[in-house]
Order: sequence, then structure tokens, then C-alpha cells
Amino acid sequence: MNIYLDLFLTFARVGGLTFGGGYAMLPILQREVVEKRKWVSEADVMDYYAISQCLPGIIAVNTSLFIGNKIKGVKGSVATVLGVVFPSLVIIMILAAFLSNFTDVPMVKHAFAGIHVCVFVLIVNAIWKLRKGAIIDYVTLGLFMAVFAMSAFTNVSPILLVVASAFIGVALYGRTRPFGGKKP
Amino acid sequence: MIYWQLFYEFFLIGLFAIGGGMATLPFLRDLGERTGWFTPAQLIDMIAVSESTPGPIGINMATYVGYTTAGIPGSVLATMAEILPSLLIVTVIAKVLETYRDSRLVQSIFYGIRPASVGLITSAALSIFLIAILQIDVYHATLQVIDLIRPKRILLAVALFFAIRKWKPHPVLTIAIAAVVGAVFRFADP
Repeated sequence: MNIYLDLFLTFARVGGLTFGGGYAMLPILQREVVEKRKWVSEADVMDYYAISQCLPGIIAVNTSLFIGNKIKGVKGSVATVLGVVFPSLVIIMILAAFLSNFTDVPMVKHAFAGIHVCVFVLIVNAIWKLRKGAIIDYVTLGLFMAVFAMSAFTNVSPILLVVASAFIGVALYGRTRPFGGKKP
Repeated sequence: MIYWQLFYEFFLIGLFAIGGGMATLPFLRDLGERTGWFTPAQLIDMIAVSESTPGPIGINMATYVGYTTAGIPGSVLATMAEILPSLLIVTVIAKVLETYRDSRLVQSIFYGIRPASVGLITSAALSIFLIAILQIDVYHATLQVIDLIRPKRILLAVALFFAIRKWKPHPVLTIAIAAVVGAVFRFADP
């Protein structure tokens, strides 16, 4: 299959299976793009996701653009971004035209309550996989806990947290021993 | 010309909303007030639909506002205008990253932002946990601790957790199963 069509269809699947914000696409990306296609590594996905938080625009859009760009340059990024927005365009147009009050249907409410439980479990699973490449020593463990706490319990902007973490990373890189290994 | 104005407005939102889909919300509210294209009540409906349909929330909202304003061409135009600034910015940043990927500076930046990224996702997971599993909003209304215990939801979460561990099913399968279980066992009821 044409690589651009392949990218478009794969990211259309990612877009169509993402319920919620950008974080909700991570489990699907891990499955489709990292494990099944091996187009990019898990570390790549995480890096792109982190940078995407600091850039203007939709996080899922930025992450898709980065991955497409990594695989096939600018044309690849156009293919992935059109893919990731395609299901939204189709579904929202249909709903807006015919069923704008579909969220009031009890059956739909029940089904989405179940889907939200599933999204939570999928994200927990994604975090479990991501932590291996990210939390590698006491510095990164401390950063993880600090960012989690500030993000969960204060109103500090995630942009500020990511930028501060980048500076701390630059200051402390290579100074501590990884868990069970030698210095990087 | 409404198409040109729609394009211009959503290009600006894509350029200035930092922090993902929900960050576009204040811009959209302002847009509705300035243009009268949609009312605040319509915007709330659009958020509800955008949150509960597949696709990134920010894109769903752009598509919906575009449709409300100028039909099918409007929804395509608003979405394309919102992603265009991202396309330009990411193209430049990806080029810079590719060039300096192996430098110690870029490596050490990633060393710092990877755990931060996991921390942010974990915080997002916590807020989903509070809403999807514990229904903290119901608790806030009643202040009964017993309202925090949702046996059906907790049971489904635990079952899915172990099923994913054991069989590694495709996420779409787990989402479909969860939707059916939710519908059959009336998960929206307290």
C-alpha cells in the first residue's frame, strides 16, 4: 500500500478511537504506531507528546504531525494530521446535522459511562509502559512526582512544568546513576 | 465573506491556544460573543458532544463550530485553519530536532521532559479516575462518602485491567466491550 495512504488510514484509526483529550490517544498510538508498525519508538512518542504540550495548537494534532514528519517528512505529517481529524469531521457533521441532542439518549449515556471507565484503564496501562523509558534514576523519579503533584493539586500551567523540567534535565543530566546500572 | 472570516478566526485560535483542545474554549467563547455565530448555550452543547464522540476534543469543537456557522464547508474550513499553524510550527521544530537529535543538550532536555510528560499523563489519569470511576461530581452534590463507591464501575475497571494484562486485546475491542457493559448494566445510573 502507498505509505501516505497507510499513514492516513492508521491515523484515522487513532483519531476514531481517541475518546477525550490528547492523552487518550497514547494507548492507541502505542498499539498501532509503535508495536504493530514499529514506525517510531515509544521514547519518540513520549518526546513528541511532551513537546506538543508546549506548542500552540491541539496536542493530538501536534503529536500526529511530529510522528508523520519523523516517518515521511512534511508530506507524511500532512497525511497523519488529515487522518487524525478525518473521523471527527465525519462524525461531528453527521451528529450536528441529524442528532444534535444524541447525548441526552439514556442508552448513549450508559455506554459512554462504560467507555470512560475503559479510557481510564487504558491510560493507566499506557503510563505503566511509558514509565520504563522515562523514570530511570532518582532525578527522573523526583521530577515525575513533582510534576504529577503540581499538575494534580495546583493550577501551575503544564507548559511551565515541561519547560522547568527541561532546564532541570539539562542541569542534572548524567550526574546520577540509573537504577541498577551505570551513568548514561 | 464568512468563509474567509471563519478561516482567519480559526487560524488565530490554532496559533494562540496553547495547552490542547480545552485551551481553545476561551477563544471560542470570545468568538461567539463577538460574531453572534453561536450562543453560549450552543457552545455548551458542542462541548458535551465533542467530549463524548471519538476524536480530539479541540478538533471536534472546531468542526462543530464551523458546521454551526457555515455548514459542511464551514466545518472543513475551521478544522483545516486550526491545524495549519501547527503544521508550520511542527515542521520547523521537527527539522531542528532532527539536526540536533544526538547532541548532549537535546538528550538532556528529553531526559528532563520525559518524566514530566508521564507526570502530566498521570495527573490526567487521576482526574479521569475522579470523574469516571468515583463520580466526584455526584459526591460534591450530596457529600455522602458512600456515593464515592461505584461497584459496577470499579468492577469493570478491575476486570478490564487484568484482561488487558493477560490477553493484550486491541484498545478498540476493550472500548466496545466497555460500551456494551455500560449500556447493559446502566452505568449512568448512580
